Amino acid sequence: MTAVSETEQLRYISQQAADARVNVEIETEGMTLNLGPQHPATHGTLRIIAKLDGEQVVAAEPVMGYMHRGYEKLAEVRTYPQVTTLVNRIDWVGSFANETPFILAAEKLMEIEAPPRAQYIRTILHEMSRIANVILGIGDMGVQVGAVTPIFFAFRDREYVLNQIEAVTGGRFHPNFDRIGGLKDDLPAGWIQNTKNAMEKVREFCDQIEELMYGNEIFQARTRGIGIIPADIGLSYGLSGVNIRGSGVDWDVRRDATPHGLVYDKADWKVWTHPDGDSYSRMWVRLQEVREGTKIVDQLLDDIPSGPIMAKVPRIIKVPAGEAYVETENPLGVMGYYVISKGDLNPFRVKIRSASFNNVSITPWLLKGVYVPDIITILGSLYFILGDIDR
Amino acid sequence: MSGWIDTFFDSYWGPTGLRTLGGLVAVLLPAGALVYIYLFKLMSFVQSRIGPMEAGPQGSLQLLAEVGKAFQKEDIFPRKADKIVFALAPFVVLMSTFLLVLVVPFGPDAWFVNLDTGIYFALAVSSVSVIGILMAGWASASKYSLLGGLRAAGQLIAYELPLVLAVMGVVIQAGTLNMQDIVLAQAEGEIFGWGGIGNPFILTQFVGFAIFLIAMQAELTQPPFDMPVAESELVSGYMTEYSGVRFLLFFIGEFATAGVFAMIASVLFLGGWWVPGIDPDSNLFNIVGPAVMFGKVLFVTLLIFWFRFTYPRFREDQLQRLCWKFLIPISLLNIVVTGVLKVVF
Repeated sequence: MTAVSETEQLRYISQQAADARVNVEIETEGMTLNLGPQHPATHGTLRIIAKLDGEQVVAAEPVMGYMHRGYEKLAEVRTYPQVTTLVNRIDWVGSFANETPFILAAEKLMEIEAPPRAQYIRTILHEMSRIANVILGIGDMGVQVGAVTPIFFAFRDREYVLNQIEAVTGGRFHPNFDRIGGLKDDLPAGWIQNTKNAMEKVREFCDQIEELMYGNEIFQARTRGIGIIPADIGLSYGLSGVNIRGSGVDWDVRRDATPHGLVYDKADWKVWTHPDGDSYSRMWVRLQEVREGTKIVDQLLDDIPSGPIMAKVPRIIKVPAGEAYVETENPLGVMGYYVISKGDLNPFRVKIRSASFNNVSITPWLLKGVYVPDIITILGSLYFILGDIDR
Repeated sequence: MSGWIDTFFDSYWGPTGLRTLGGLVAVLLPAGALVYIYLFKLMSFVQSRIGPMEAGPQGSLQLLAEVGKAFQKEDIFPRKADKIVFALAPFVVLMSTFLLVLVVPFGPDAWFVNLDTGIYFALAVSSVSVIGILMAGWASASKYSLLGGLRAAGQLIAYELPLVLAVMGVVIQAGTLNMQDIVLAQAEGEIFGWGGIGNPFILTQFVGFAIFLIAMQAELTQPPFDMPVAESELVSGYMTEYSGVRFLLFFIGEFATAGVFAMIASVLFLGGWWVPGIDPDSNLFNIVGPAVMFGKVLFVTLLIFWFRFTYPRFREDQLQRLCWKFLIPISLLNIVVTGVLKVVF
């Protein structure tokens, strides 16, 4: 099925509602179901107010902000190197990827460039944090539709990736490793081979999960045709990343607008899209994304250039006055930092564009007319991290 | 001394006490074994973890720890709950399990009640748990509980039908509703004149066995049919508001019912307490019969739990569609074919 127009979708919804009322003489009273803020399906504190007719959603409204930590404001009173510690905690499952766009924005303002070796390692770590994040998202989707086993496989194999991230940065979850002008440290001995082994494990995980979960008839019945996002609607809500590629939009910042400082063009890889736009296609694109990620890492590992890992940067970092916006393709979608500097030690203003906020904003449109079980499927397939919604 | 014992066993209380004790063992022992072997250990194995290891050797006493934990917890009643109904619901659910085990034979003379309409009685009382679940869902005064209770009612009533129809084939073939006679019919049956392994009905009624297993999975609300307790949607369905001992009763009810249903399945399709090679009238079966049953129960529940660990769950409408459009027509066809073959042979 390709993208459907809004009128078609509305007609479908009203027809579903009419079907549900066949042979029901009494008009049922609506019920409001409050999903969250504490609910097992939201893995965090997202609240969805769903008005129900039977088990069918008439209107749904997401309520965000339970986890707002004010990082944009806090960044204004930190020096530039200190900001990475904060932004690490935005998408806590793929932390390193949060640091990259901010560092790149600062480098852009200071007009310095990281040495090639640092750029390679940066790209590798960015991609590994994507793998660690998306693996967990795939496993989590299994739990949302009722299969408990995939998440344990995901936790098991994510550990191989996290071990490698820890080996080089010292932190499993919050590396805080990116520096303006390069990286904190060089790679430890033996890391390249170990990482290749870890990527092999991740590919095995992909094959395993494809059989266990994606090939399962019930999983397909639960996800195919559920939560269809037409491409134009998705774009108008500002969806990005896998969620828009799952609707057939061939757009990836890594390929189409790689910011200066990441070397995605040095590897041979493919952007996957899926024309259906339903929950299954989003999860399918996610799986391919992990596979492509391991390919990118493998190729970049093969030709890491030697050399320094830090450019010549003044000891006290003062960023010249100006404005810069840098966005990268993060695990959850496009993440961008708009940094305004007045030439001080700290940024004057930082605006963070995080992917999950936009991805969740489509839910009122998307959840209309679906059944209660499908709310969970759709939320799971949109795959958001609560810290990424509220910042 | 012996005179006293004789009087005791001749009185009403002797046999009744023995039966009560036997009933408790027959329900709770498989339930405990299932929780430990499958829920704790096999599930961990499937999910590549080791499961409980600390309490007792290989974590074998974990079950006692869990029960102890449940007893320590406060018995919470929601403020708006209908107190009496809320308190009674878990007992009603568990009662259905104990009524079910009544008609299960464990040996030629080891039975609780030998009803002529045994399987009919079993299928009838298995629906009693629906009342308990509806009571729990309604009395909890919680939306999640209510949705879970209604889903459970719809599902259990729908899947009664394929369950009954799957049993029909066996009943036609055995020519009796008596559980004991069904076992004997399998023990004394012959396959094309060869009686070496009797005629376990799984061989002739494999369609019925598959349908019985699927319907049983749904009756037990195990994944992939766990819509009523779907933990990612309804928190815990009708059990959401329960805590402490009452939650434990629901939990025991779930696994005890799994065990008892597996007993019924093994009586109907696997030959019950009988194993090939021994005369079914032999007194030996009164002793090894329960053990044989236990082994067969473990086999049937292995299938149930394997599905539980690997499958995602159905949506409510898909579940009903599977039941009405697939299982019921096939089981009706099965009855027709069985009837025709019964007349022909």
